[in-house]
Amino acid sequence: MARAVTPRRKMLNTAVAWIIGLLIFFPILWIVILSFKTEGDAIRTPLGVLTSGWTFDSYSVVQERSDYFHHFWNSVILSVGSTVLGLVIAVPSAWAMAFVPGKQTKNVLMWMLSTKMLPPVGVLMPIYLICQSLGLLDTRIALTLILMMINLPIIIWMLYTYFREIPGDILEAARMDGAALKEEVLFVLLPMAVPGIASTLLLNIILAWNEAFWTLNLTAANSAPLTAFIASYSSPEGLFYAKLSAASTMAIAPILIMGWFSQKQLVRGLTFGAVK
Amino acid sequence: MGRITLDKVTKSFGEVQVIPPLDLSIEEGEFVVFVGPSGCGKSTLLRLIAGLEDTTSGHIRIDGEDATDLPPAKRRLAMVFQSYALYPHMTVRKNIAFPMRMAKLDKAEQDRRVEEAARVLNLTDYLDRRPGQLSGGQRQRVAIGRAIVREPAAFLFDEPLSNLDAALRVGMRLEISELHERLKTTMIYVTHDQVEAMTMADKIVVLQAGEIEQVGSPLDLYRTPRNRFVAGFIGSPKMNFIEGNAAKQHGAETIGIRPEHIDITETGEWSGTVGVSEHLGSDTFFHVHDTGLADVMTVRASGEVGYKHGDRIHMTPRPDMLHRFDASGLRIA
Amino acid sequence: MATKASRAAARAMISPSVILLLGWMLIPLLMTIYFSTLRYNLLMPGNNPFVGWENYTYFVTDPAFATAIWNTLLLVGGVLLITVVGGILLALLLDMPMWGQGVVRIMVIAPFFVMPTVSALVWKNMFFNPVNGLFGHIAKALGLTPFDFLSQAPLASIIGIVSWQWLPFATLILLTALQSLDSEQLEAAEMDGADPVNRFVFIMLPHLARAITVVILIQTIFLLSIFAEIFVTTSGGPGDASTNLTYLIYQESLLSFDVGTGSAGGVIAIILANIVAIFLMRMIGKNLDA
Repeated sequence: MARAVTPRRKMLNTAVAWIIGLLIFFPILWIVILSFKTEGDAIRTPLGVLTSGWTFDSYSVVQERSDYFHHFWNSVILSVGSTVLGLVIAVPSAWAMAFVPGKQTKNVLMWMLSTKMLPPVGVLMPIYLICQSLGLLDTRIALTLILMMINLPIIIWMLYTYFREIPGDILEAARMDGAALKEEVLFVLLPMAVPGIASTLLLNIILAWNEAFWTLNLTAANSAPLTAFIASYSSPEGLFYAKLSAASTMAIAPILIMGWFSQKQLVRGLTFGAVK
Repeated sequence: MGRITLDKVTKSFGEVQVIPPLDLSIEEGEFVVFVGPSGCGKSTLLRLIAGLEDTTSGHIRIDGEDATDLPPAKRRLAMVFQSYALYPHMTVRKNIAFPMRMAKLDKAEQDRRVEEAARVLNLTDYLDRRPGQLSGGQRQRVAIGRAIVREPAAFLFDEPLSNLDAALRVGMRLEISELHERLKTTMIYVTHDQVEAMTMADKIVVLQAGEIEQVGSPLDLYRTPRNRFVAGFIGSPKMNFIEGNAAKQHGAETIGIRPEHIDITETGEWSGTVGVSEHLGSDTFFHVHDTGLADVMTVRASGEVGYKHGDRIHMTPRPDMLHRFDASGLRIA
Repeated sequence: MATKASRAAARAMISPSVILLLGWMLIPLLMTIYFSTLRYNLLMPGNNPFVGWENYTYFVTDPAFATAIWNTLLLVGGVLLITVVGGILLALLLDMPMWGQGVVRIMVIAPFFVMPTVSALVWKNMFFNPVNGLFGHIAKALGLTPFDFLSQAPLASIIGIVSWQWLPFATLILLTALQSLDSEQLEAAEMDGADPVNRFVFIMLPHLARAITVVILIQTIFLLSIFAEIFVTTSGGPGDASTNLTYLIYQESLLSFDVGTGSAGGVIAIILANIVAIFLMRMIGKNLDA
C-alpha cells in the first residue's frame, strides 16, 4: 500500500501533520485546560494560564448547581431514547427493504431520505403550535419524538446499507435449515447485524446529542438538554471562563469519546453509503 | 424417501417466463445433475424445488406429497449453497448443529450427529473454529456437514464447487460421490461444468432457456445426444460439426463427430493443416485448419504424437460414431 | 428472490416507518402552507383572516430578506470553499506515511463532535473576545490593537466557527475516498511519466470527484439551516449583519410571534432547500444502482 519513503520525508510529514492537527484540536484542548483553572487564572494571558496552578473547583461548582446534572440527564434521555425508539421502528423496515427488495424499494428509500432535506425552520411554527396545544412544550416526550423523526431516515439508511452486506444466501440457508421467521431473525440475522446496529446507535446518539435547533426552540428549564443549557451561558455568565469550560468539557467529553470510536461509521452514515 | 416429481411446473418473473411448463421425475436415491449454460434456468429450477422461489403454476411433489406451497423449512430438503452460506458468527459445531437446533432435537443426539458428521468429513479438529478461519475446502465440508445431519429426504447442491481451485474441485467431487454412495439419499446437483455432470451423475438433465433438452445417463447423452445442443454441450473437447456436402453424403443437414472418434491415418477421407497442438501427455489434441469441412476441427491422438504447426495430415472418422442431425438440429436415428 | 409470504411480511414491516415519516412530512408542511396564507399573530388573538400572498409579499419585500439571502449564500459558500479546499489538502497530508497517524486523525476529527452551542461559545469567549480572548492576547503581545471579531466582522467570524466544525467532516470523507484509490493506478501513472502534480490532477482529483460532490451537497443541506451558532454568538447582529434565512424566520416566528409571516418564510426556505435536495437525491440515487 503505502510506499517506502525516506525517513527525512516521513519526519517532515509527521511534523506538518502534528502541527496542523494540534491547531485544529487546540480549542478543545484549551477549554480542558481552562476547566482546571480558577476564574482569575483562566482570564490571564496565555502564558499566565499555563503557568498557574491546577484545581477541580470549577467542576465542583458546576456539579453543585444541580441543574447541570438535570440537563445532562435530559441529554442522555433524549439522545438514547430517540435513537432506541428509532431503531425499534427502523430495524424491521430496513430488514424488509434489504432482503425483500421490490420495485418500489428504491423510491421509498429515496423518499425517506428526502424528508431529511426539509429545513427544520420551515416547519417550526406548526410543530411549535402542535406542541403548545398538546401541552408538550418543554417536555422530554415531545423532543424525544421529534429527534427520533429527524434521525429516522438516517437510521433506516444506515441499517439498510449494513443489512445489504449480509449475504442473502445465509438467510436462505437458515430457511432451508428449518428456521421460521422468528428464529431466522433471532439466531442468524441479528447476530450478524449487531455490529451495524451498534454503529447506527452510536452515530445517531451523537447526532441527537448535538442537535441544536429543536432543543433550543422547544425547551425551557425543564427539558433542556446540554445544548440549550450551554447556550444559557451565552451572556454574562460566559465571562466565567473556568466554569464555562468545565461545563463544556463535561458536555462534549462523552460524545467525543463515542465519536472517536465511530469514525468509520460516521463516513458511511452521513453520506448514506455513497462513500465507504 | 426422496422421490421428487415436477408436474407442469412454470416460473415467471413478472412478464418473463423463465421456466416454461416442465415435467421431471427424480427417483429415490438418484444422483441427478442439472447442467446447462449460465442463465438456462437450472438454479431457478433448484430454488423452486427448495421452496426459495414460488412456483407460478404446476405442482412439486416430494414422496408423493404436494409440496408446492410448503415453506422451505417444511420440505425436508437440505441445500449446499455456492457461497456455502455458513453462519459467520457461529463455530463450526454450531453451524452443523443449527438445523437440529431448529428441529428441537435433543442435545445428546445433536452432539452425536455433529461428531459423526465431523468424523466423516475430517472436521473434528476444526469444530470450535469459526468459518472465517477455515480454507475454502473446509468451509465446503462444513456446509455439507450442516446438510447431512438433518438426514433430509434429498440434498440440493447449487454449484457447490465453483469457488474452489481446480485441484480441490476434483477432490471434493470424489468426496461428494462417495457421500452419495454411502448415504444413498437423493441428490440434485446444479452445475455449468459438464465434466462434473458426466463424472458424478446417475442422471443428467440438460437445460437450455428453461427447457429440458434431454434427460438420461451420462453415457446415453454421450452416445445418443437427442439434438445438436446436447451433442455440443456434453463431451470435452467439443464435438466437431460439419455442414454442407460432407453432411449431405450421410443424408443429414449436419453431421457431428467427436475429436476422439477421428483417427489420423496415412491416407484418409479428410485432410487439413495442423495449427495449434495441445500436448497433455496422455493425449494430444490438434486443431486442424483448411479441411474444407469446418473452420477448425479438433482431433485427438493417443499419447505423444509429434506433428508440427503447418504439417499436412489425413484423418478418417469412425463411421459408427457419426452423429447425424436434421435441419432443425434433431438427431436422425 | 422472494416468496409471496415474505413480500407481505415485508410490507407490514416497512409500513410503520412510512406512515410516521409521511405524517411527519405532510402534516407540518400543509400546516405551514396554510398558516402562510393567514394573518396570524399569537400576540394579537383574532379570527386569523385569509390574506392570500400578503405574508409572502411582506416577507420578501422586507429589506432584511435580501440581506438574509445574501448572508445565507455567503455563509454556505464561504464554509464550503474553506472546508473543501482545506479538506482536500488535509486528506492528502494525512494519507502520507508518518508517525502517529491515528492520533493526528483523532485530533482532526474532534471538532465535528463538539455540540454547536459549545463551539460557538468557546470561540466567542475564549478566542474572539477582544479583552480576554486568546486572539486579543496575541494581538496585544504583538503590539496591535485587539480586533473585535464578532462586532466588526460578524459573518466572517461565524464562517470561521462553522468551518472549524465542518472541516473534519470534509477531511474524513475525502480521506476515506482517497484511501480507496487503487495504488496501482498511481504507480501506472508514475510509470507513464506523470509527476506528483499530474498524478493529483489526472488521477486523484477525478477519483475524489464523487466524494467532493457528496461533501458539498450534504454540507449544503446542513449549512442552510445554521442556527445555534448565530443564536449564541451574535443573535443575527449587529443589525442584521449576520442574520441568515433560518435566523430571520426564527425572529419572525418565535420572537415576534408572527405565525403567518414566519410560515411564509418557512415555505420559501423549503423551496430553496428542495432545489439543493434534488441534486443530492440524484447523486445518491445513482449510487444505489451501482
